[in-house]
Parts: sequence; structure tokens; C-alpha cells
Amino acid sequence: MLRRALLPVRALVATFLVGAIPVMAAGANPLTAYYLMAAGSLGDMIAITEVFVRAAPLMMTGLAIAVAFRAKFWNIGAEGQLYAGAILGTLVAVNFPELPFWIHIPFMIVAGMIGGALCALPGILKIKLKVGDVVTTLMLNFIMVILTSYLVQNVLKDPFTRWPQSPPITESATYPILIPFTRFHLGIVVALFFALVVGYGLIEYTALGYEIKAIGSNEIASRLAGINPTTLTIKTAIISGSFAGLAGIGEVAGIRHHLIATLSPVPIGYGLTGVVIAVMSGLSPLWVVVVAFLFSIIINGSQTMSRLTGVPIFLGEIFQGLALGFSLLFLFLDQYRIRRVR
Amino acid sequence: MSEKIVEMKGITKKFPNILANDHIDLQLRKGEVCALLGENGAGKSTLMKILYGLYHADEGQILIRGQAVNIDSPKDAIASGIGMVHQHFALDDKLTAVENLILGTKQARILLDMKGAKKEVIDLSKKFGLEVDPDSKVYQLSEGMKQRIEILKTLLRGAQILIFDEPTAVLTPLETRDLFKTIRALVSQGHAIVFISHHLEEVLSISDRIVVLRNGKVVGEKRAEETNEAELAQMMVGREIEEVSRLKGRKAAQPVLEISGLCALNDKKLEAVRNVSLSVRKGEIVSVAGVSGNGQKELTEVILGMRKATSGKVVINGKDVTNKPTKTIIQQKLGCIAEDRIGWGLLMDRPIAENLILGLHRSSKLSTKTPVANFLKTQEIKQYTQQLLTRFDIRGTDVDAPVKLLSGGNLQKIILARVLSQEPEILLASQPTRGLDVGATEYVHKLLLELRDKGIGVLLVSEDLEEILTLSDTIAVMFRGEIVGTLSAESATSEQLGLMMAGIKQPEGTKQ
Repeated sequence: MLRRALLPVRALVATFLVGAIPVMAAGANPLTAYYLMAAGSLGDMIAITEVFVRAAPLMMTGLAIAVAFRAKFWNIGAEGQLYAGAILGTLVAVNFPELPFWIHIPFMIVAGMIGGALCALPGILKIKLKVGDVVTTLMLNFIMVILTSYLVQNVLKDPFTRWPQSPPITESATYPILIPFTRFHLGIVVALFFALVVGYGLIEYTALGYEIKAIGSNEIASRLAGINPTTLTIKTAIISGSFAGLAGIGEVAGIRHHLIATLSPVPIGYGLTGVVIAVMSGLSPLWVVVVAFLFSIIINGSQTMSRLTGVPIFLGEIFQGLALGFSLLFLFLDQYRIRRVR
Repeated sequence: MSEKIVEMKGITKKFPNILANDHIDLQLRKGEVCALLGENGAGKSTLMKILYGLYHADEGQILIRGQAVNIDSPKDAIASGIGMVHQHFALDDKLTAVENLILGTKQARILLDMKGAKKEVIDLSKKFGLEVDPDSKVYQLSEGMKQRIEILKTLLRGAQILIFDEPTAVLTPLETRDLFKTIRALVSQGHAIVFISHHLEEVLSISDRIVVLRNGKVVGEKRAEETNEAELAQMMVGREIEEVSRLKGRKAAQPVLEISGLCALNDKKLEAVRNVSLSVRKGEIVSVAGVSGNGQKELTEVILGMRKATSGKVVINGKDVTNKPTKTIIQQKLGCIAEDRIGWGLLMDRPIAENLILGLHRSSKLSTKTPVANFLKTQEIKQYTQQLLTRFDIRGTDVDAPVKLLSGGNLQKIILARVLSQEPEILLASQPTRGLDVGATEYVHKLLLELRDKGIGVLLVSEDLEEILTLSDTIAVMFRGEIVGTLSAESATSEQLGLMMAGIKQPEGTKQ
């Protein structure tokens, strides 16, 4: 348990040590750069709330992938599911202005989760048709991003501004701001609730979560115990996709207030970053939350650092890549014990 | 007496919770087969892994040809002329036999000398009766062939001392006979052999000298001609072994499992199960005897709904379950002890509790149904686990550790505990004692008889004639996918069964 707990820490230390090389190559002092990174992401109240804002979608996609990977359902389509959730959620959010917010918001959340779930379902083709789940879910990422782009330029285009975005969502479907003069919105609380209560509870305390772990560990043994792998994979896909869909809802209802084709602006997208987060957290929902915050700090901090030191913004990506690489390396090395030979 | 080639003195190895080897002395001479006999966990494999450099001894000394040596890795061991044939083969399935053999040898440096390598392999295999087709890909070969490649691998690397770790566990009786011939040939050429096993019969027939280990200590050493199975068994276990006795005179009860005219294909789309009919009654053990690979595996898979039947019927408790999903079949109170424990029975990277509740996790005893979800009862699961651990005498180091850290006997007990606590009415047991030591085997046998007495119908698939003869009420012999004869256990003899297993049909009277 302690070793597992140390994994993200060790990976992060290694990342910052090795990350110093490109920082120096860009002509900055690594210590100054890291100081600015920390100051930029944690230096004041607004910056801290921004870390929460960024962490919310990351923990949802990370959770989506952690749950799927537990069942050996290789869903790497959280990006597409995020957009699918955003599309369906937006359809609910721009309409029905007469609804009270306490109906409208749950309605939108459910729509977003259904959108994400629907987008994850093609992944189950792996059961009957043996189509690789990696391929189907990955390909749907591109399809959904392009579909969103098409929608906001055509069918869903805002008739007033003529910009490539949907009309603004109604007041009653907007996530309220919880800390005045910041962007700390209700969606962050929703994300934390889903990760810490729904996700963690599912994996640790429910029969379904147990079945997900069992089938991920040994499919044949699970079948012989009366678990139907088809049904279970469908359930996993639905749960996983709906978590990712929720990330899309948070971005639309909490931050953008329109559907746009660039909801997921992190260089490799919240969806793929979620894969990194899930792996780094050892597929454990609690650690997903911690790692999502760490990534949020890196992403936000590297923006500040880049502004002030002239180091290219891509450094944030380098850090994410290094973090994934080191997580995988340490996961692998943990299977061995080092022994001194004489 | 020929020269001592290996001397291990005072070897001690501690693992976190166990003293695996406790000051063990072992000598090995040129041209002899020395058997290491002992139950699972007695320390046989640990001792040999130390000799092969996979483990490092905490104390003790190893002398090879009278010279003290330090063996820190298999590389050092190979340099000292030691080779090990492992239980689990280390071969690349997609390469050919020769390609596997030359991996890491001089022929595979920069330029491949395939022709020379092939010639060397063929010469060597002829010399020791280890014929393998050098050009066939490894995945096409049987387990016996793969083992031959492993043996050739050690010989090509110049091994004079060969360690066989439970070599017969994966072999059919015929392949075992061939292996023994090879071992004899090796010994006659002056090689020294260590043969790790817990099969008394084999050990007696192949070895010159038998060293018995128990709880990490040497408890006895005998020359093969001076001892017998009973004495060895007692030394291994440390007490007398009870013979199982058969209850007689049960009346015919209603059948719980009926198979009629069943046919099925194997993975290569060839007919593997041909027109098989069987019936198992309440309180009866019916055995399917036969050499592995004669359709038993496919037959059990069809019964379990893991393979499609092309024709015929499987009826459980009067309900036709042919080609139904596994879930439906299991719900008919069918329990399964699968042949492949790890692959079919266990969640190796999950803790004991999760392995024990598999299948019962949705029962009202272990979970609470709510409209939101079915929540597991953590406390009850803990208690339940403790109960089963005590009742089945499962010894794990740590309840929360993944079960892959447990020994084979304890793993089988976990499966038994799980299957039996689900209270099956029919039990399908495939090779339930394969790879288990005498103590664990005895335990499994007793359990099967107990179940039978409770009125459970047992279908036992086994290759072990002794097991079949001691346990069964009815014996069906399977050969090339067919049931070639059905005998009642009283009238059957092992000779007769042996002939039938080899495909020689019995003329009159025996077929029902």
C-alpha cells in the first residue's frame, strides 16, 4: 500500500529532475522555473481555484478510464465521450428555459452521462466481433471532436453572434459559481462527489465493482462463477462513458456556457490525459483525485512559468509525458527487487 | 563409488515467514539420478534454485567437482555445467525449435549459423532419444516436445548436472516413459541428474538415491532398491497415510447429470468429442479416464457452456442446458474444479477473500440489495473468509496479499472451499489432484468421498488410474473423443483400464 502510495510521488520527483534538462535547454534556471510554476498555480486564492477548475475534468476522465481499465476494457476514448456528453448536455441546457435549476441541472447531467455512455458503447464490439476496443474508442475521439466542430458551425451555430459555438445555455442550466469572483463552480463539487463517493464506492463496496475487478483479473474464472462478461462489459462501458460525459458537462455548464469544438484544450486533451492519470494512480479512484490535482498544478503552473521565463508552453506537455513514462517505469520496476551482487 | 560432482553443505535459506532450507547437505555423484522428494513447500525447489543461482543461500557452501564456487546467477551455474529444466517452459512460441535452442548461444552471435546449429541439435537429440522436429514452431508442439527442447537447451550449453523440476507434471504417461529413457541415457553418459518430484512411484522407478525433505530439512536418504512407497510416503508426510475406503451398496438414485450423443469440435475445428453419453446419479462418482488430449477438456468445456456442442444434449437436474450460457448452467447447482486452476479458477492478483466470495458475492448473505446498488457486506465477508480458512485449513501468509503468493496446495484448497460453500448438487472435478503432494491429494480424495456420501453427483476427469480406481463407482474410458467402454469400479483393474486408455477396446461384457 505504501509503495503504491509512493508511486505518484516518485514519478513526480523523477519528472522534475529530468524535466530540468529541457528547462535549462530553453535558457531558464530550473529552480526559478519550478518556483514560478508553483507560484503560478498555488500562489493566490484565484490561482488555487483555477487548479480546482482544471482538476475537475481531469478527475472525471481519469476516473472513467480507471474504472474501464479495472475490467480490462481498454477505453481510451474519454475525449470523445467528453464531447458526446457535452453535445447531449448542451441540447438540454440551451432548451427548456422555463425549468427550475434544480430540475434543469440534474436533467442536463443525466443527458451528458447518457451521451458519454452511448459513445463508449461501440467499445463492446470487442466481445462479439473481436474488434479491438482500443481502436474503436480511440477512433471515436476524432469522430466526436469533428462532429462537435460540424455542429457548432452548422446546426447548432449561435444565430446571434455567428461564431462557431452553440447559443448560450440558459441561466437555469448554468452551474452556479460557489466562490464569488472566481470560476469555482458547482461542477467541481459534482466531480469530487462522483470521484470520491460514486467511483470509490463502486469499486470498493459494491458487487458490481467487485465483478469489474474479478473479470479484469480472470475472465474465465468469473464466467465460471456466473458472471456474464458481455453484460458486465456493457455496464462498465456505460459507467466509464458516463463519467467522461460528465467532464464535458462541467466544461459547458461551468466554464464555457456554450458548446465549442475546443472544450478540451490541454495539448493532448483531457481524455488522453485521463489515461495518464488513471495509470499513474494505479487505477484507484482516490488516487485519481490526487493525481488529477497534481496534473492540474503542472498544467496551470507551466502556463505561468512560460509567460514569465519565455520557456515554451509545450514544457507542460513534456512534464505530462515524463510523468506517464516514469509511472509506467516504476510500476514495472516495482515487480522486481534489487539485490546487491557481492 | 564414482566422484562427487556436486556438494551442497549446510544450505540455509530464509524467506520472510518461513525457513525454506534449514542446513541442508546434499551430494550428487557422476552418473546417478538423485531424487528430491517432498510435499509442496518442503524446500525442494528452493534448494535447486539456489544451486541454479536463482536464489542466493543465506548460509552454506556449494562445491562443484571439489571446488568451492559462488553461484550468483544462472549464468554462473551454466558456466559450472549446471542446467535446469523448469516446470514452466521458457520458450518463444513463435520461433522454431532450433531458433529457441540457439538463443543466447555462440551460434546466434552476429551471423547465424543455422545449418551448423541444426546439425548439432539433431546429433544431440539422436544421442539421447530427444527427437524433435527442428523446424516446427514451438506453439505447434506438445508439452512433451517442449520439454525435450528445454532439455536440449541445457545440453547445448554443456550441462553435466541436470535439474528436473517436477518434469512429469505436464507429461502424458507415454511421454513420461520417453523422458525416463532419456534420463537413463544421460546417466549412462556420465551426467548427474536431480529429479524433483512428489510422485512416489516415479521416484522409485527412475532414481538411484532418494533424499526426502520435510519442512526445509532432510528427513531421510534411501537407495531406491531399499525402500518402498509406504515408507517414503510416511517420511514425506511425517505420519501414516490413511487409505480411502469405498462405501458400497448404494442404491441407484436419480440422475443429476445426463449427457447423450454429445459431439463437439476442438480449437482446430476437428471433432474432439464424439457421440459421448454419460450419466451421473446422486451420490455417485463417475470417472472419465483417459490420457490427456483425448477430448476430456473439450467435454468439460461443453458441459460448462464454454464450448458449443455440435450435436447431442446435456441435461442437468432434468433441465436441458445444451449450449446455454455458463451463467445459466452454473445456476443449476453445478460446481466446477477446473483442470487449469490458475487460468480457470483463481483471481491471482486479488486477495484470498475476493477469491473465496466469487460467485456468492451477490447472495443475500454477503451483500445487501438496495435500489442504488448491491453493496457488499464487508464484515460478513471477513467472517466468512475466516470460517473457510479454518474449515479448509488454508494457510496464507496474509489475508490481504494476492493469492499468487500461495502454494499450489493452498490454491486448490481455495477453489475447493469456494466451490463447496456454494453447495453444488453436481461437481465437475478435472484433474483435481494434479500437481498436489500426498497430503493435499489425500485431503481432496476424502473431500470428494464425503461429498458423494452427502448425495452429490461427481463427475471426475482424471488421468491417474490409482485415483480413478480408489474413488469411482463407475468408470468411463475416453479415447480419441469417444467413450470406448464403461466399467463398474469393482470389476475394473488398472491393466484393463490401461489397455482401454490406449484405444484397445474390451471385447465382451464390459460395455454397458
